[in-house]
Amino acid sequence: MILEVKNLEVSYGNIRALHGISFEVEKGEIVTLIGANGAGKTTTLRSISSLERVQNGQIVFNGKPITNMKAHQIVKMGISHVPEGRKIIGNLTVLENLMMGAYIRSDRVGIQESLEEVFTRFPRLKERAKQQGSTLSGGEQQMLAIGRGLMAKPEILLLDEPSMGLSPILVEEIFNIISSINKLGTTVLLVEQNAFMALQVAHRGYVLETGQIIISGPSETLRSDERVRTAYLGEIA
Amino acid sequence: MDKKKQVIMALASVLVLYAVLEALMMVGIVGPYWQEIMRYAMVVTIGALGLSIMYGFTGQFSLGHAAFVGIGAYAAGLFNLTFRHYGILAFLGSLVVGAVVAGVVGYLIGVPILRLKSDYLGIATLGFGFIVTNGLQNSDKLIPALGGARGMTGVPQVQGFGWYYVLVLIAVILARNFIFSTHGRACTAIRENETAADVVGVSPARTKIMAFTIGCALAGLGGALYAHNIPFLHPDSFNFLESINYLIVVVLGGLGSLTGTVITAVGWAFIWEVLRLVLGPLYDFRGVIYAIILIVIIIMRPQGVFGGIEASCLVPQIKRRKTHAAAGD
Repeated sequence: MILEVKNLEVSYGNIRALHGISFEVEKGEIVTLIGANGAGKTTTLRSISSLERVQNGQIVFNGKPITNMKAHQIVKMGISHVPEGRKIIGNLTVLENLMMGAYIRSDRVGIQESLEEVFTRFPRLKERAKQQGSTLSGGEQQMLAIGRGLMAKPEILLLDEPSMGLSPILVEEIFNIISSINKLGTTVLLVEQNAFMALQVAHRGYVLETGQIIISGPSETLRSDERVRTAYLGEIA
Repeated sequence: MDKKKQVIMALASVLVLYAVLEALMMVGIVGPYWQEIMRYAMVVTIGALGLSIMYGFTGQFSLGHAAFVGIGAYAAGLFNLTFRHYGILAFLGSLVVGAVVAGVVGYLIGVPILRLKSDYLGIATLGFGFIVTNGLQNSDKLIPALGGARGMTGVPQVQGFGWYYVLVLIAVILARNFIFSTHGRACTAIRENETAADVVGVSPARTKIMAFTIGCALAGLGGALYAHNIPFLHPDSFNFLESINYLIVVVLGGLGSLTGTVITAVGWAFIWEVLRLVLGPLYDFRGVIYAIILIVIIIMRPQGVFGGIEASCLVPQIKRRKTHAAAGD
C-alpha cells in the first residue's frame, strides 16, 4: 500500500467538505476519484499534499503518517501534486518551470536525466523550452504542469482535473500520457470530472458525492454500474 | 561564447564609465556638489536593489524599507565613530556591520510578519518603520552618541566615489546571482502563485524570510554608505516618506527588473537636481512637476519603465551546454 487515507474530514469554516472518506492506492496503480462539482475531489488531493488542513483522520504514505505535514516536506516524501488549473509560473520560461519542479532535488545528473525524459515525453515542451510559460496554450500548459510534477521524480503523482478546458483530441493525448507515465512505474491518483476518460485509464475508482464515497471498485465494474452510468457517464436510464 | 563576450563588454563599459566619471571629477567639470549627489545615487541604488528583491521579485510589500536603511546607517555610523582611529578599516568594518545589523533585524521582524499578505504586510512594515524612527528619536537616552532627535554627527566621511561605485557593482552582482539561482526562482514562484511554489516543494515561509533578510541587508549596506556620505544622520531621513521613495523607484523601474531598479534609482536621485537646473526660477514648482512625471510614466507604462526587461548581460543562460542540447538548438 503506497497511500492510505482513513476517515478524512476537512472543513472550510463551518462547511464540511469531506465527511470522513477512506480509500487506498496500491503501488503501480492508477486510481481515480470521480464525482460532480463540489463533491470534494480537489479537497481530497489538497489535503494529501497538505495544502488544506485536515481536521480528522489520517493519511499514511509508505507506512508513514503524513497528515498535516508541511507542504514542502510532502513533496520531499515523493508525492507530487499537479494542481487544478495548472498553476504554472507564467513569468518563468518553460525550462525554468521544469527546473522548479526539481527544486527539492540536488542530484544534477539525475535532474538532467529527468529533464531529458520529460522532453522526450513532451516534445512540444522541448521546442518551447525558452518561451515564457504564459505564452503556452492550455494543453501545453497542462503538459508543462505534468512535466514539472515529474521533475520531482515522485513515487505518486496527484493529478487534479488534467482534462479541464482542453479539446477532445488533447484530452485523449493527456490521458495517453498519464497511462504511459504509469506504465513506467509512477503511481497515479487522478481526480476527474471526465469520468468516461478517467475510468478508461484507471485500474480502480471511487465515486464521491458531497464529501462521501458512495461507490468504489475496479473501473470495469464502475463503468457498468447503473448509478455511475446515469449520473456520471451521461447515459439515460 | 557570445554570452561571455557580452559580460566582458558590460564589465568594460562599467570600467569606462567609471574612468569617465573620475576624469570629469578630476578636471572639475563635476564639482563637489554633484559628486555628493552621485554618491547619494549609489546609496539609493543599493537600498532599492534590496527592496527590488523583496517586493519586485518576491512580491512582499514593504512600507518601511527606509527604516532598514536607517538601521544600517546608524549601526555603521556608531561603529565607525567608535573605531575611527582604524581609518579605512573602520569604514570597511562599518559596511559589514550596517548590512549585518539590518539583515538580522530584518530576519527577526520577518519571521512574525511575513505570514501576512499584501496590504496587511504593508501595514505591519509601516508600523515597524514608525517604531524605528521613534526609537531613533529617543536613542540618545540609551546610547548618547546616536544623538536622538538632535541627530548624529561626527561619523568620518568617505568621499572617494570609487568605493560607492564598487559597492553598487557588488550589490548588483549579488542581487543578480540570487535572483537567477534556484532560490530566486522560488521567489518568483511565490510572487506569481504560492500554490505553484507549494507543490514543487518550496517552503514559502522560509523563502520569503530569506528574500526579506537579503533585502534588508542590502538596505543596511546602502545605509552604511549613507552614513559616510552625509555627515549628519537624523531619524527623519529614514521615515515613511523615504520608504515611499524606495517604493516609487522599484515600481517605476518595473517589478522584477534589476536593470529597471538600478537605472530608476540613479535617475530618481538626480531628478530633483535636474529639475532645479531646468526649472530655474520656477523651481518652487518642482514638487508638482515631479508628481506629473510620475503620473505620466505610470499611465504610459503601468508595468514600470523596464517592466519585463532585463539587461541581457545580467541574464545567465541556465546550464547552457546541457540544456542547449536538450532544447535542440
